[in-house]
Amino acid sequence: MARQPDAREVAPAVQRLRVHFAKRGRLRFTSHRDFQRVFERAIRRAGVPIAYSAGFSPHPKISYVGAASTGAASEAEYLEIAVTQTCDPVAVRDALDAALPTGFDIIEVVEARSGSLPDRIDTSRWQVTLNGVTLAEAENAVQRFLQTESISVERVLKDGRRTLDARLPVVSLGVVEEPDLPGCVILEMVVRHLTPAVRPDDVLAGLRQVSDLAPPLPPLVKRLAQGHLDEFDKLADPLAPDRDAAAGVDSVAEISATR
Amino acid sequence: MSVSKPVQYVGGELNSVVKDWASCDVRWCLMYPDAYEVGLPNQGVQILYEVLGELDGVLVERTYSVWPDLEALMRTHHIPQFTVDAHRPVGAFDIFGISFSTELGYTNMLNALDLAGIPIEAADRTDDDPIVIAGGHAAFNPEPIADFIDAAVLGDGEQAVIAITAIVREWKAAGRPGGRVELLHRLARTGNIYVPRFYDVTYKPDGHLESVRPNRDDIPARVSKHTLMDLDAWPYPKKPLVPLAETVHERFSVEIFRGCTRGCRFCQAGMITRPVRERSVDTIGAMVDAGLKASGFQEVGLLSLSSADHSEIGPLAKQLADRYEGSNTSLSLPSTRVDAFNVDLANEFSRNGRRSGLTFAPEGGSERMRKVINKMVTEADLIRTVTTAYAQGWRRVKLYFMCGLPTETDDDVVQIADLARKVIQAGRTASGSRDIGCTVSIGGFVPKPHTPFQWAAQLDHATTDSRLLKLRDTIRGDRQYGKAIGFRYHDGKPGIVEGLLSRGDRRVGRIIKQVWQDGGRFDGWSEHFSFDRWMSAADTALRDEPVDVDWYTTRERDRAEVLPWDHLDSGLDKDWLWQDWQDSLSDIEVEDCRWTPCFDCGVCDTMGTDIQVGPTGRTLLPLTVVT
Repeated sequence: MARQPDAREVAPAVQRLRVHFAKRGRLRFTSHRDFQRVFERAIRRAGVPIAYSAGFSPHPKISYVGAASTGAASEAEYLEIAVTQTCDPVAVRDALDAALPTGFDIIEVVEARSGSLPDRIDTSRWQVTLNGVTLAEAENAVQRFLQTESISVERVLKDGRRTLDARLPVVSLGVVEEPDLPGCVILEMVVRHLTPAVRPDDVLAGLRQVSDLAPPLPPLVKRLAQGHLDEFDKLADPLAPDRDAAAGVDSVAEISATR
Repeated sequence: MSVSKPVQYVGGELNSVVKDWASCDVRWCLMYPDAYEVGLPNQGVQILYEVLGELDGVLVERTYSVWPDLEALMRTHHIPQFTVDAHRPVGAFDIFGISFSTELGYTNMLNALDLAGIPIEAADRTDDDPIVIAGGHAAFNPEPIADFIDAAVLGDGEQAVIAITAIVREWKAAGRPGGRVELLHRLARTGNIYVPRFYDVTYKPDGHLESVRPNRDDIPARVSKHTLMDLDAWPYPKKPLVPLAETVHERFSVEIFRGCTRGCRFCQAGMITRPVRERSVDTIGAMVDAGLKASGFQEVGLLSLSSADHSEIGPLAKQLADRYEGSNTSLSLPSTRVDAFNVDLANEFSRNGRRSGLTFAPEGGSERMRKVINKMVTEADLIRTVTTAYAQGWRRVKLYFMCGLPTETDDDVVQIADLARKVIQAGRTASGSRDIGCTVSIGGFVPKPHTPFQWAAQLDHATTDSRLLKLRDTIRGDRQYGKAIGFRYHDGKPGIVEGLLSRGDRRVGRIIKQVWQDGGRFDGWSEHFSFDRWMSAADTALRDEPVDVDWYTTRERDRAEVLPWDHLDSGLDKDWLWQDWQDSLSDIEVEDCRWTPCFDCGVCDTMGTDIQVGPTGRTLLPLTVVT
């Protein structure tokens, strides 16, 4: 007996909410798993009526979409949660933002109206700050990078060394000087999400390969945006369809998510 | 240039507090001398952090051992040991308090001192260096680190840290009269803060201790432990630290009582934390509610040395389970005795949320061994308990044992296999299923100070290992049940080093320093521990002494011997400990004084304390319903 948990009532999910958040400051050093734990606890403290899976080990229903790697900051991270009572997205935003530590900042919460969130995200725009590199060096490297058709770089993954083409997913790559930070230049790149993913680090490895660009200090990586790359090479806001749909219908029932 | 898991160094935990440096006049740095993932959840450090943080004008921050990758970077770039709260240098604080749950953190303390720029030897420190204070269970014999610490506090820390704060504050406000030595003298005069430099140790020509005497006439010959008497008045932690990084315990823990009088003769914790002091059901209920709200944790641990022994554990478990019905909040009892477990309790604990595994600690494999150690659990108790558990749907039970107990023979250890077989048999019968397992987990016994076994010879590591292998082979060779029995064991070598540090005297400090100089760090981690490094350091450090590692570990002491911790008073009467040691050799058991008359262990008399047990008949206060 009792191989299965008692036939407990598992409250069904009645609404899905899509969350846009940022990872800033010293919290750039958190891993995705760190964020998951912090977020689950913030959900409980904020009193958001999160839905759970059934079974011996019930898990909160949270789906993450492609997380930025440990060490990278981000202005554009996304996840989706399921809740057991209809909630006002704005109240959920405020409650979660208050419950999360400074640095994990909730930017927007919208109700999921249609489609799948992962399907709306296939490309990222990154900003990489390089310290101790001149503008001329960086421009030269970028030019060579863009003129090269394919650049193989190596990365050590859990299952051994992997060779990636760092050039293939790069849609655009540019360089500007940072007026506020003397001695720094800023790369901005738009990179398609492939499997295995090519990360800004891999692009930097590619730059080093084509032109010996090797900054003396570690680069600062920040994701600026994520979304679908449209035919004009613009990134579409992945929450826009939900926002538009919400604006077109009656306002959501007002059930506060806060205690 | 990067370090593993950088998040462990960034601070910013929920409920951590950063105060303004200049507006505080007493500044504490607390350390748990192990990796962040182990140290952050430590209940002792969290309690003291909160108690001190609530005081006006007191700043308290934390630091943990840095992994070798970061240590290398810090040494290259001249970055000192820093706090995680505000990344301040440890050397700038007034007091550096280090909590030792285990002696294997000693090398990490030396490394932290060195990284902090604080002289390793207390004698070399100046008025600008922090006062280095050791606490935790290992502080009941701090002699091996006596040269490296300025002071040690024995026992409960809540009130002690406040008293120390007041003394430091007064001394600083008066313009630091008499410098560091005067401050230490003021601490020593309280009678329950141990300042090693004020106690002289003399040795006999054969290497035995001759005497330990104070070298000032206004400090006591014996230093007493602190005992906090009203746990309800000290409901800490109120706001537990919730880390960003993953740690070894991810739950909110409430101590439901302190102390234990079961009288297991190997158990230092049970001996040095007497008397039993229960926290009342309503205080526990309020702490659980506040702690969960402040943390968002999904699991509550009801902590103590033997949690099912709380006089109202049944009502407590039921009321908590009722309160958190449907909220996916699970309860856990980290230490449960075989004879105190019952099915109602188990069901309450698995009602909401996850059903964790069941762990019991018979400790000794044979009935005779359990008498020797006074475990007071019979085979019938164990079989009855696991039968209940298997019948209720549990499929796996973990059993803890020790190897190398006094008077033990190979046969006593091999009998563990019989016991495990009977457990599986009982499980298959009770559940009607063959999908039944048990795991035998076994490690070497280390005799500890302030226990009846403080005189015992520790078993050498070669014999320990051979007994463990015999047991393993017996289990694996069992064609009927062997596959259902898991076997985990720790080899005997780390236990010998732990034994050396546990019952060592001041001469052992030289070994610790040598090991650290030879690169020893994180000795509690098998991938960093090196037995050979410890043995070769001991050879060097004890070259001119008539004693060696065996003398400290595998040698039985006689009654007249001066023990290195005799001047440190845990409240236990040495004559009673000796009698209990003699009783153990005659297989005589001693009852628990909670349910039988006092048997004069000495604690209540000498400390002016008393046992505090319920039932109180109180209930959990209803929570205001939130909608």
